[in-house]
Amino acid sequence: MEVLTNDNWILTVGTFLPLVGVLVMLFIPAVEETLHKQIAIVTSGATLAVGIWTLVLFDYDQSEKLQFWVDEEWISVIRSGYTIGLDGISLPLYILSMAVTFLVAIYTWDNMPDAGNPKSFLMLMMVLQVGMAGSFIAQDLILFFVFFEVVLLPMYFMIGVWGGEQRQYASLKFFLYTMFGSALMLVAFLALFFQTDAVSFGFAHLMDAGALIDRDTQIWIFAGMFVGFAVKVPMFPFHTWLPDAHTQAPTQGSVILAAILLKLGTYGFVRIAIPMLPQGAEAWAPVIGVLAVIGIIYGALGCLAQTDMKRLIAFSSVAHMGFVMLGISTLTSLGINAALFGMVAHGLITGMLFFVAGSIKHRYHTLEIKRLSGLLIQMPKMGWILGFAAMASLGLPGLAGFWGEFPAILAAWNPHPALNQDLFRTLTVIAALGTVLAAGYLLWLYQRTAFGTPSDEFSGHDSGHGGHAAHSLSAAANHDHDDHESDIHDVNTIEWIAWTPFLIAILVLGVYPQLMFEVMDPAVTQLVERVGAGIP
Amino acid sequence: MIASLIAQASEWQAPELDWHALAPELVLVVGINIVLLVDLWIDQSKKWLMASLAGFVMLGAFIPIVTLAVIGDETRSMFGGRYVIDEYALILKALFLLVGYVIVLLSQTELEEGGYYQGEYYVLLLVSVLGMVMMASSRDLVSVFVALELLSIPAYMLAAWRKRDTKSNEAGVKYYLLGVFASGVLLYGMSYLYGTTGSTKLSDIGDALTDDLLPMQVIAVAFVIVGFGFKVSAVPFHTWAPDTYEGAPTPVTAFLSVASKAAGFVGLVTMLFVAMHPADGVYEPFLWILAALTMTVGNVLALRQTNIVRLLAYSSVSQGGFILMPLAVMASGDAAESALKSVVIYLLIYAFSNLGAFAVIIAVSRKTRSGEITSFGGLMSYAPGLGLLMTIFLASLTGIPPLGIWIAKLQAFKTVLDAGDGAAYALAIIAAVNTVISAAYYMKVLREMWMKPVPDGDTTPISAPQPVWVALGICAAGTIVLGLVPGLVLRFADLQDLTSAFGR
Repeated sequence: MEVLTNDNWILTVGTFLPLVGVLVMLFIPAVEETLHKQIAIVTSGATLAVGIWTLVLFDYDQSEKLQFWVDEEWISVIRSGYTIGLDGISLPLYILSMAVTFLVAIYTWDNMPDAGNPKSFLMLMMVLQVGMAGSFIAQDLILFFVFFEVVLLPMYFMIGVWGGEQRQYASLKFFLYTMFGSALMLVAFLALFFQTDAVSFGFAHLMDAGALIDRDTQIWIFAGMFVGFAVKVPMFPFHTWLPDAHTQAPTQGSVILAAILLKLGTYGFVRIAIPMLPQGAEAWAPVIGVLAVIGIIYGALGCLAQTDMKRLIAFSSVAHMGFVMLGISTLTSLGINAALFGMVAHGLITGMLFFVAGSIKHRYHTLEIKRLSGLLIQMPKMGWILGFAAMASLGLPGLAGFWGEFPAILAAWNPHPALNQDLFRTLTVIAALGTVLAAGYLLWLYQRTAFGTPSDEFSGHDSGHGGHAAHSLSAAANHDHDDHESDIHDVNTIEWIAWTPFLIAILVLGVYPQLMFEVMDPAVTQLVERVGAGIP
Repeated sequence: MIASLIAQASEWQAPELDWHALAPELVLVVGINIVLLVDLWIDQSKKWLMASLAGFVMLGAFIPIVTLAVIGDETRSMFGGRYVIDEYALILKALFLLVGYVIVLLSQTELEEGGYYQGEYYVLLLVSVLGMVMMASSRDLVSVFVALELLSIPAYMLAAWRKRDTKSNEAGVKYYLLGVFASGVLLYGMSYLYGTTGSTKLSDIGDALTDDLLPMQVIAVAFVIVGFGFKVSAVPFHTWAPDTYEGAPTPVTAFLSVASKAAGFVGLVTMLFVAMHPADGVYEPFLWILAALTMTVGNVLALRQTNIVRLLAYSSVSQGGFILMPLAVMASGDAAESALKSVVIYLLIYAFSNLGAFAVIIAVSRKTRSGEITSFGGLMSYAPGLGLLMTIFLASLTGIPPLGIWIAKLQAFKTVLDAGDGAAYALAIIAAVNTVISAAYYMKVLREMWMKPVPDGDTTPISAPQPVWVALGICAAGTIVLGLVPGLVLRFADLQDLTSAFGR
């Protein structure tokens, strides 16, 4: 495999830079809350700057090759190395993780969850970022596994300490589900290692040698990886941790969970399971396809039944990840391109929706859809942002969500020749129906919350008065939380700073999707060819 | 009779002694006597010196180990291959001395404040460590047994150290009765091994055993495993462990659950690899069942515990299952070397994490005076340093990378899959499920620390004494560094051609 080794310091620096912030924060007392927030913003900002420099240095003409390649000795006894690299598949997700963490750190400036203690909260967030970025650059199974697991504890604490009422139950469920998945995944990784002559854990070797394993063994090993990644995605029927985790997590946790963590699962399928075990993938693809479509329909129906806005968004994640998995299960270049696009789009859109939900909760102290109405009257800008994100989420052409869903459905019509065409065409039809349901639940949500007049309990003030809208930042932060009406104000500066990049990205990727497809396509095509060659 | 003995004696020649190789043991022996004598003459008000003295003895014995390791890879063998100093022995001796040192650090304040018999305590501790250090080198039935008794008998007394506390007495008596019973079983098995092979030298026994085992040899192998099974608290021979761990003074519990257990494993490993390796038809299925039972039963019982020490006791039972796991497949395929490496690594890293967890318990219980898990409520809010350390230790015990034990667990899984047959895969799946179960109870403690309120709102800070902080530092550094750069210890256990290193 050809690799480019120029500027190969940049991935290591970009990945581990947040740890510098963690170390600094470790030695500063917890009472210096503002200082901790500043350090977190500076650190994640610096990380993002390294990320942007990576974008500049990346050679887009050779995006199918792994760039900034490092292959150093790490645990030589078990033949695992510190092997990292970045290609067109991982680049968007790598940058996304940096951007999201930076923006979430900014959002935390005056939206610290009630439990307080920004020191621990932000330290965990920085560690989380290391795990996420690391997973996308790892080119060695053991290294990938380590990074994949690093995210586990920080997220557990984020949900469990700073979450909602049911936080302890939700966090434990999240932890045990993921742990179970990764335990089986590890067994599968090791089985793969031994079936390929126990030479190396490097991706390059495993992709070459994995395809030569006999079919039955491939199917078994794929099963182990399937459970591990499917829990993370999450796919039906392993999704039950997600609504709880999302609903209970603090806004920051929900955003990171939706935007990046779920992608670790789908990325694992694309990067590891499918290219290394082509025949296993071919055998499992119908199962993945069917479960994906069940997820689409089930998630949509689940959304229709929710009374809590955040829980509704969580269920919509199940449906959206269904589209991503459907794209992957076709094993075609179009399908996998769509899936990768869908990952980024879903990260931006659902992340945005969780931001809005968090801010609504902050102002109204409830997310019960019944009690919310007339957002457009009370907070017109917030209402419009919610509308924008909801439209993007339902897959309106011109916004990013469309380019994840539509090509995935299209790809399912013509799956890889080795797959059962009739089955996939049936799936196409059902998935298309799912988009209608998606429009249904999102528009219904929007109609119930944004339209109408504000309910009596929140409309003590006439929101038309200018003075109210210009609530100062500090006043909002220190406000007595029992006083509903005076909390209600439109989008503030910090929120604008944190959200604008999301909104712009959703729009730009929607209007000019080529921006990402161009980067991903050569790598995806190469990957699909490799898979095709492995299927007899 | 006597005449024949005299005739033999006349042919006797003094064995060659390698003083350098024996130096760690000799330093300990001299040190034990010094501690004993100093304790006799020292004024009561200066008894605190005993801890420092015992610590220095441990560190003093550490020096020859370092020099031996630096000098090279040549295996030093004495008494006709019955006492061997190789890399395997050295790394384990280093482990035992380091654990001993940490235990001294942990015991210091507890003993001073409790007014216990400090001199005697450290003498017994040193004797027990001496037994362990010998165990690492023993390659003969007699020396294995002597080492085992040397390390066990002081431990029985240490467990009952708080002599006016009925629980501590219970701990000592239970440990003593079951330990002696286990020694009896072990000795019985060893006698059959000697009887059927005609030698006490382990490598001779290994040569004499064939695939065609005599019924007596089958019994012998089974009894030896049962005997060590008690020592390493493998289910169903674990029943003493929770009561003993709960009743004994906490530093002693830490010592038992780490060093004593490790010594049991070292004995078992030596016996398996050098003497009993041809009997794989007997020990493989036996160890398979023991490993599966140990990790599962230990875990399930740990789930129900409300006392932190009992929880760690059961968790250490379950961790023992993970250490046994690779031994259950050691004769299949080419897993032997990998299995040995896996056990050694696991013992090393487990020592750091488990000792660390006990050190935090010792520090916290100085304030709370309670062993309940609920007493850890809100620890993060008023003692974030201790909370963070406990999080690191428990996460390591769970097996979350990049903290210590993940690499040990990985190596254990890797060994089992290396064997590659159906039984091995089944064991790997059982272990994977058990990893998740264990996460549930480790998380229970973490949840208490991070997410629950402080009991009674009592947020007075914890005053952990200096030595405990040193111990915590050593354990945390070990847990983190070995997790990130496991090559440091994996290299030591990389015994190319173990069989020759064992003098087989």
